[in-house]
Amino acid sequence: MKSFWRAFRRNRLAVIGGIIVVVLAVAAVAAGSIAPWDPNRPDVKKILDPPSRAHLLGTDQLGRDVLSRMLHGARVSLAVGFVSVGIAAFIGITLGSAAGYNGGMVDATIMRLVDLMLVFPRFFLLLAVLAFLKPSIWTIMAVIGITGWMGVARLVRAEFLALKEREFVVWSQSIGASGFRIIWRHILPNAMAPVLVAMTLGIPAAILTESGLSFLGLGVQPPRATWGNILNEGKDAIELAWWLSVYPGLAILLTVLSYNLLGEGIRDALDPRLRQSAGRVGGRGR
Amino acid sequence: MLAYALRRLLLALPLLLGITFVSFIVIHLAPGDPVEMAGGDVPMTQNPQVGKWREELGLDKPLHVQYLNWVSRLVRFDFGRSFAPHGRPVLTMIAERLPITLLLNIVEMLIIVTMAVPVGALSATRQYSAFDKVTTIFVFIGFATPDFWLALLLMILFGVQLGWLPISGLRSMNWEYLSFWQQQGDFLAHLTLPIVVATFGGLAGFSRYMRQSMLEVIRQDYIQSARAKGLAERVVIGKHALRNALLPIVTILGLSLPTLIGGSVIVESIFAIPGMGQLMVQAAFERDYPVLMGNLVIVSTLTLLANLAADVAYGLVDPRIRVGRRRR
Repeated sequence: MKSFWRAFRRNRLAVIGGIIVVVLAVAAVAAGSIAPWDPNRPDVKKILDPPSRAHLLGTDQLGRDVLSRMLHGARVSLAVGFVSVGIAAFIGITLGSAAGYNGGMVDATIMRLVDLMLVFPRFFLLLAVLAFLKPSIWTIMAVIGITGWMGVARLVRAEFLALKEREFVVWSQSIGASGFRIIWRHILPNAMAPVLVAMTLGIPAAILTESGLSFLGLGVQPPRATWGNILNEGKDAIELAWWLSVYPGLAILLTVLSYNLLGEGIRDALDPRLRQSAGRVGGRGR
Repeated sequence: MLAYALRRLLLALPLLLGITFVSFIVIHLAPGDPVEMAGGDVPMTQNPQVGKWREELGLDKPLHVQYLNWVSRLVRFDFGRSFAPHGRPVLTMIAERLPITLLLNIVEMLIIVTMAVPVGALSATRQYSAFDKVTTIFVFIGFATPDFWLALLLMILFGVQLGWLPISGLRSMNWEYLSFWQQQGDFLAHLTLPIVVATFGGLAGFSRYMRQSMLEVIRQDYIQSARAKGLAERVVIGKHALRNALLPIVTILGLSLPTLIGGSVIVESIFAIPGMGQLMVQAAFERDYPVLMGNLVIVSTLTLLANLAADVAYGLVDPRIRVGRRRR
C-alpha cells in the first residue's frame, strides 16, 4: 500500500485527475446548497442571457441558470457512472469467476455469450431496449450496466485461469473448502486489482454513454437536468447561444479526462505490468 | 488455411442464431406489448391499427412460437413491415440506408488506419520525445471528447460562424441544378464534418494501440539481432518491427467495428444523414419494433461478418494462428 502511494504520487497528472474527481464528487453531492439558483425555475425576463455576473454560465431558453443546471446534472452523470459500472462489475465478476473457476462447458457457454454481446454495436442495442422502457435515471443505469459487463468478465476469467492452479487454491481444495468459498475468499481478492482499474476507467465510459443517450433525447428526460440534455436543448439555439453548447460539453470532457487520468495512474502505480491487460468496462461508451 | 477459415465460420453460426435470439428478447421482455406502445395515446380497443398489427405479428401466440415464426421469416429475408403510416417493408428501408452508413464507416476506417499507424509507430520509436508527448495529450483529449459535442462545436465554427461547410443532410437544396462535378463536390462537403467527428475518437484509440504494439515489438530479441547484423535503422523499423506490430492491429480493427458503427447513431442523427443510425433513432422514438429488430439483426450480423473477415485476415498474415494457438 505504501509503495502504491509513493508510485501514485509521483504521477502528477494522475494526482490532478484525482483532485478534480474529488472536487466534482463534492460539487455533485452539495449541488442543492451551492447552486446559485433553482435549476428548474424559469424566468421569462432572462431568456438566453449570455454569461454575466448573476448567471456565470448564462441562461437557457426558459431563463434557467445554466451553472445551477450543470451542478445538478453532475449528480446524474456521476450517479449513472457509479451505479451502472457497479451493475456491470457485479455481472462481469459473477460470470467471469464462474467461467474461469469451472472451465469446461460452463466456461465455453459464458465466453460464447460474451462474444455474442460484443457483436452488437452498443448504441443500437441501447436504443432498441430504451424504446420500450419508461426512460428514467434507473432504467438508464440498468441498461448501461447490462450492456457493459463483458470486459470485466473476460478480465476476471483470465485472472482466475492464472490463479486457480496456484498452491493456495489447490491447498484449500484439498482440505475440502467449497467452490464458492474458494472463489470468494481466496481467488477473488487476488484478482481485484485489475477489476478496480477497469471499473475506474468504466465510469467515464458510462458517463459518455449516458450523456450521448440524453443528448439524443432517449436518456434521462427533462426537466431533470443532465449534461446531455442541456446540450440537446442547446443544439436548437446553436446560432443564438453558444454557452449552452460549450459549457456542458466542457464539463463532460473534464470529468472523463480526470477519471481516465486517475484510472491509468492507479493502474500504473498498482503494477506496471497491468499496462496492457487492464481493459475498460464496455469500451469507450459506444 | 481453408480448414481454418471454415472452422471460424462454423464458430460464427451459433452466434448468428444468438443475434436473432437477443434481438427478439430485448424487445419482447420489456413490460407491455410493443404494439400497445406504438399505438400511442389512443385507447387500444379503439385503435383498429393495433388489432391489425397484433394479428399480423401473431402477438397473441406464446413467445417461443412468435420467435420461431419470426426466425423462419428472417431466413426467407422477410423482415416484416414498418409501423409507420405507409408500412414499407423493413428490408427496403434498410437497403436504402445501409450504403451510406457503410460508405461512411469504410472511409472513416481507412482514414483512421492510414493516420494512426504512422503516428503510433513514430511515437513508439521516439518514446518520451516532444512528438510522443503531444500525441499522448491528443489521445487523452480524444478519449474524453464526446463526439456529439465535437459535432456541435464544429457546426458552430464551420457551419454558423465561418459558413464554409454544410451542417446537415447529404445534398444542398440546389443539388439538381449543379453540374456532375459540382454535385460530387457538394456531396464531399456534406460528408466532411461527419467524417471528421467520427474519426476523432477512433484515431486517438488506434494510435494508442499502435504505439503500445510497436513498443512491445521493438523490445524483442529479433529486433536486436536485426540491428546487430548491421541493418539500417530504417529497415529494422520499417520492415522487421512495423510488420509485426501491425498484426494485433488487424484484430483490434475487427473488434472495434461495433464501436465505430455504434458511433454512426450519434453522427448521423446530428448531421441528418439518412443512414442506419438515424433510422434506428427514429424507430426508437416511434417504437417501430419491426424496424428496430430488423436493424439490430442486420447491423450485428454485418459486425459478425466483419469480425470473421478480420479473423481470417489474421490467419493469412500470421501463420502461427492457424496452427490452433488461441489468441487470448
